[in-house]
Amino acid sequence: MAVFKMPSLGADMEAGKLVEWLVKPGDTVKHGDVVAVVETQKGAIEIEVFEDGVVEKLVAELGQSLPVGAPLAIIQAPGEAAEAPTQTAPPVAPQAPAEPAAPAAEAAPPTAPPAATPSGIAASPAAKARAAELGIALESLTGSGPGGAIVLSDVETKKPAATPSPAQDRGAYLAEMRKAIAAAMARSKREIPHYYVTHTIDLSAASDWLSAANADRPPEERILMGALLMKAMALAAREEKAVNGHFGEDGFTPSAAIHLGLAIALRGGGLVAPAILDADKKSLQDLMEAMRDLTMRARAGRLKSSEMSMATLTFSALGESGVEAMAGIIVPPQVAIVTAGAPGLQALVRDGEVIAAQAVTLTLAADHRVSDGRLGSKFLTAIDAKLQTPEEL
Amino acid sequence: MTEDEIRSAYIEELVRVAPDLDPAEIAGSDHLQDDLELDSMDILNLVIALNQRFGVAIAEADYPQIATPDLAAAFLAKRV
Repeated sequence: MAVFKMPSLGADMEAGKLVEWLVKPGDTVKHGDVVAVVETQKGAIEIEVFEDGVVEKLVAELGQSLPVGAPLAIIQAPGEAAEAPTQTAPPVAPQAPAEPAAPAAEAAPPTAPPAATPSGIAASPAAKARAAELGIALESLTGSGPGGAIVLSDVETKKPAATPSPAQDRGAYLAEMRKAIAAAMARSKREIPHYYVTHTIDLSAASDWLSAANADRPPEERILMGALLMKAMALAAREEKAVNGHFGEDGFTPSAAIHLGLAIALRGGGLVAPAILDADKKSLQDLMEAMRDLTMRARAGRLKSSEMSMATLTFSALGESGVEAMAGIIVPPQVAIVTAGAPGLQALVRDGEVIAAQAVTLTLAADHRVSDGRLGSKFLTAIDAKLQTPEEL
Repeated sequence: MTEDEIRSAYIEELVRVAPDLDPAEIAGSDHLQDDLELDSMDILNLVIALNQRFGVAIAEADYPQIATPDLAAAFLAKRV
């Protein structure tokens, strides 16, 4: 049996408000399933479970603000005997669909005394069904029915108010997000001795290859320069391990897996940097699809808990227009961030001649507790080398 | 399809790609990147959606032609 706890939601968030349960007791879950939704300063985040098993009990209540590590549910491992009989949702009465959900129905005296649940709590079948549907634990309710039994109206009272639509409170939401960004960035600048290295990369080979590759592809298969940059960065991070990992109480722990955070600017001034897991192992096409999907879900406010906390290195690009370079601030507990200015024609020297060529300027901000400029230089040079053979990305 | 119908359909797809946009606040002359703050990933997502909805091929070179709802309506009206 395992206690399923509130996972980390990223460096800048310490708590989330539980707004939805997507499972109920008795449901089978497996690693990676989304089981709940919490509202955070960075939007709604889907919480994934990391055990396989059967949901025995939902511990956390809807509407509760829960810190990281708070118990959410009890999960039984597969094959494990239940401690108590598993509480299954009561069968729906056949006539139920035709019956209007009139609150008056509850006022009628029950034909039989409310049955006690396995936990010894008396509740009417309608109340039990509704509580299960809403993910409300019966233990948390005060019964107003006969003999203190929980009736439907007790459940309805407990039901959290519907969350306001994003448009209504977008200003407040962005203000909250700004606070979260401010806290994380201030902490980063206070604790991490940043150093910076900058390098301009000739993108002639990469952009020629990209134009040719995209020419006869349908839009859903088109690849953007951002995907080439991310792939080159992920592969280079395999070689320079001191940029990829987390810095904790015991110092730096390099990560074998390369989970690349992608900074996505939100309309009106928000910023999220969810992770693309195992970016170095993805084909360009898969990486591109992951980037498109992540962008869409970031806008919709539907990111997953693993994406919010697992990044081992971050990439941030200004997009296709804008200034030529930007220096970033490391997202703790990571130790490096690569930022890209807008790619475009730049004056480069090739074979002793000044030429105009497609180029991008990358800046690495890295943690001096872990590495120094020489390593940073090698890392950016490795990214450059990989972009010269785009067909191998 | 009239240009107005195409414009509404375009805005519908746009809001699906960027659900944080309020369709009531999108003007016909709003530029996807400069006014609506979309990035190149969003533009590609929109091109995919428009291609599926209208069956019109939109090459990368044509992206400036769909950069605002008005421009896109005129561009697509000639091709649907």
